[in-house]
Amino acid sequence: MKIKIFLTIFFISFNLNLSSNEPIDESKIHKNLRCLVCQGQSIADSNSDFAITLKMVVKDLIKNGKSEDEIYDFLSEKYGDWILYNPKLNAGNFLLWSLPYLVLVFGGVIIVFLIRKQSKKT
Amino acid sequence: MQKIIKITIIFLLIFILGIFFLSLNKSSNYNTESLVGNKLGEIELVSFQDDSIFTNDDFKKNSFTLINFWASWCAPCRIEHPQLMELSKENNIKILGVNFKDKKINALKFLKDLGDPYEYLTRDSNGKQSVNFGIYGIPESILIDNKLTIIKKFVGPLTKQDLNNIKEIINNL
Repeated sequence: MKIKIFLTIFFISFNLNLSSNEPIDESKIHKNLRCLVCQGQSIADSNSDFAITLKMVVKDLIKNGKSEDEIYDFLSEKYGDWILYNPKLNAGNFLLWSLPYLVLVFGGVIIVFLIRKQSKKT
Repeated sequence: MQKIIKITIIFLLIFILGIFFLSLNKSSNYNTESLVGNKLGEIELVSFQDDSIFTNDDFKKNSFTLINFWASWCAPCRIEHPQLMELSKENNIKILGVNFKDKKINALKFLKDLGDPYEYLTRDSNGKQSVNFGIYGIPESILIDNKLTIIKKFVGPLTKQDLNNIKEIINNL
């Protein structure tokens, strides 16, 4: 029992360590940040003045040890959630996040119903 | 069961059409409404004249501060300048200018030609400090109170109407 507990704690802490030491992918962050002065472009795709400045800021934040989430939090605090292509779940976008799952469940119910109906006929 | 499915499909169609209708009528441009009421974060702006630093504590001295981002190369900044000159005559408000990605000599000439409305003048040579204020282009202005709360944000040149709006806010509160 003690060995099990020890192994569980060991694996959890090992995983936590792995995730915290993961290098931050700068280009992934750039792709998730909207260029506010462009038409439908992320800052990764844009060479506008705003995109270049934001890339410099992201670089600085990474250098200062900020995590990916902390960078997103910082920028959404300054520019609102609009700057993120993949905003976090909140009260404002709850429906947007949950609707695909609701449609999936509803579609599943229809499929089950149709299959049952078909098998009853045969 | 079939009836329930039909009703649900109709409901879903109405819902999707409703979302389309609302979305098409909504402007997809970035707006700053969500930032009003937020507090300014930690600010460190470098003085235009020397390397002294302007921090949050300096904002707390004034009842109201209008932080104006401008540059000599920005044509709309010239358009809004008379409004800033007029606002600088008000007692309840101080104007802090942030010279954005500009050359010092050009900025000084701009102020010499059009007048200097700024109580404090700072510079942001590479634009990085402006991100702390949620700036994405110039001219932009932010009206804050002495608690560093954002009262209003103006994207684009200040108009006469904006000027009256600011005067109303600073004289009524």
